[in-house]
Amino acid sequence: MKFPAELKYTQTHEWAKVGDDGLLWVGITDAAQDMLGDLVFVGDVKVGQTLKSGETAGVVESVKAASDIYAPVDGEVVAFNDALESEPQQLNSDPYGSWIFKMKTSASIDGLLDAGAYQKNVAESH
Amino acid sequence: MGHRTPLFDTHVASGAKIVDFGGWDMPLNYGSQIEEHHAVRRDAGMFDVSHMRPVDVRGAGARAFLRYLVANNVDRLAQAGKALYSCMLNDAGGVVDDLIIYFLRDDWFRVVVNASTAEKDLAWMEKVRTDRGFEVTLTPRRDLAMIAIQGPNARAKLWQARPGTRAATEGLGAFFAAETGDLFVARTGYTGEDGFEVMLPAAQAPALWADLKAAGVAEAGLGARDTLRLEAGMNLYGNDMDETVSPLDAGLAWTVDLKAPREFVGRAALERDGATKALVGLKLLDKGVLRSHQKVVTPQGDGEITSGTFSPTLGFSVAMARVPREVRAGDVVQVDIRGRLLSAQVVKMPFVRNGKPMI
Repeated sequence: MKFPAELKYTQTHEWAKVGDDGLLWVGITDAAQDMLGDLVFVGDVKVGQTLKSGETAGVVESVKAASDIYAPVDGEVVAFNDALESEPQQLNSDPYGSWIFKMKTSASIDGLLDAGAYQKNVAESH
Repeated sequence: MGHRTPLFDTHVASGAKIVDFGGWDMPLNYGSQIEEHHAVRRDAGMFDVSHMRPVDVRGAGARAFLRYLVANNVDRLAQAGKALYSCMLNDAGGVVDDLIIYFLRDDWFRVVVNASTAEKDLAWMEKVRTDRGFEVTLTPRRDLAMIAIQGPNARAKLWQARPGTRAATEGLGAFFAAETGDLFVARTGYTGEDGFEVMLPAAQAPALWADLKAAGVAEAGLGARDTLRLEAGMNLYGNDMDETVSPLDAGLAWTVDLKAPREFVGRAALERDGATKALVGLKLLDKGVLRSHQKVVTPQGDGEITSGTFSPTLGFSVAMARVPREVRAGDVVQVDIRGRLLSAQVVKMPFVRNGKPMI
């Protein structure tokens, strides 16, 4: 299971990084896709909405279950990666290669988990 | 730790994701549930169903006992080896369990019940037996393992792995079973595909599993089993019906025989209440995934999804839903998915049969 060092992580299994467009890119982690199994739907992303950290930003669904995805920090959701609508399995094959939504935020992501702390979290919950 | 089947170590060695299922540690998948699903539709896959419980019903009163115990009519079983699907009801007409009955001899039937309900079922069968003084013995066969081999190439691959079974099983029609050596082979299943369900002594199960795998049969878990049975329009006990639901409200009227002048547990309640709801198929027209317990909104009143999933064969979401009886195939209804009303069309089940879309 992969935990890239350049990313930040949440307890709820999102990864986040500041992209080259200055926006915050958010996706789900390798551990998340492994727990969910084959993904079949990504959507309900609230583009245009201002969310507080921890509020629901969208949903990912596998054959097994639906799982909300959350805003890692306060900010406005400005984009949804709609390529995932037809190819949700991209999140299984390369979870760090596809962001799900982008946020415009003035908040820092320094307070999120680093790769080591997140990996420890995952190990403890298994 | 839950109960474990004789194949538990095999599943772990194959990298299965193990989950609790009705008190049993069972494989959910061995990697990709969707690939396992496609393997069954296109080629052959196998499931460990040893958690299900065969119960032998033996004695001079075996047929009379079953005639009274279940809602379908065992008098339909005239030929040795023939199988019958039925519900076992309580006095209120609710479903205690659904089961398959194999007719072996006049004094020997074999009933296979669900895993999570097995203890309850046995207690209920014992009660019915004693209340009416039927001359039968009920023997749970915990010594047997069960492997379901399903898919268009399933039968050929069993014959490849166990050539000695071919002579006795090649001529079996659908819903017939035969004994061959230590194996009890039935042409039944829960996927909408051709195939066999094989019962055998527990100690022999790992070797058969390994030989089937070597013959190219894909290992498949409970996850694929659920999407396959739902596509095939087959009910799951505990989801689509339970003790509070009549078979007439669960799409199972075809398994209830009210024509023959025969007394059976629950008959009076069925005749008094009749059908009050319909179990229908739904196809989601919008993007998303239908799930059990979501509310279905129709002009005739609300209903509820009893089983829902993404259909790997069809590429969209399908479900079974209990709705007012006036709802018809072709109607478009609304489903409440996390607060949003999405459109779904009522369709005739099955959704998929023998590898082909039916809707």
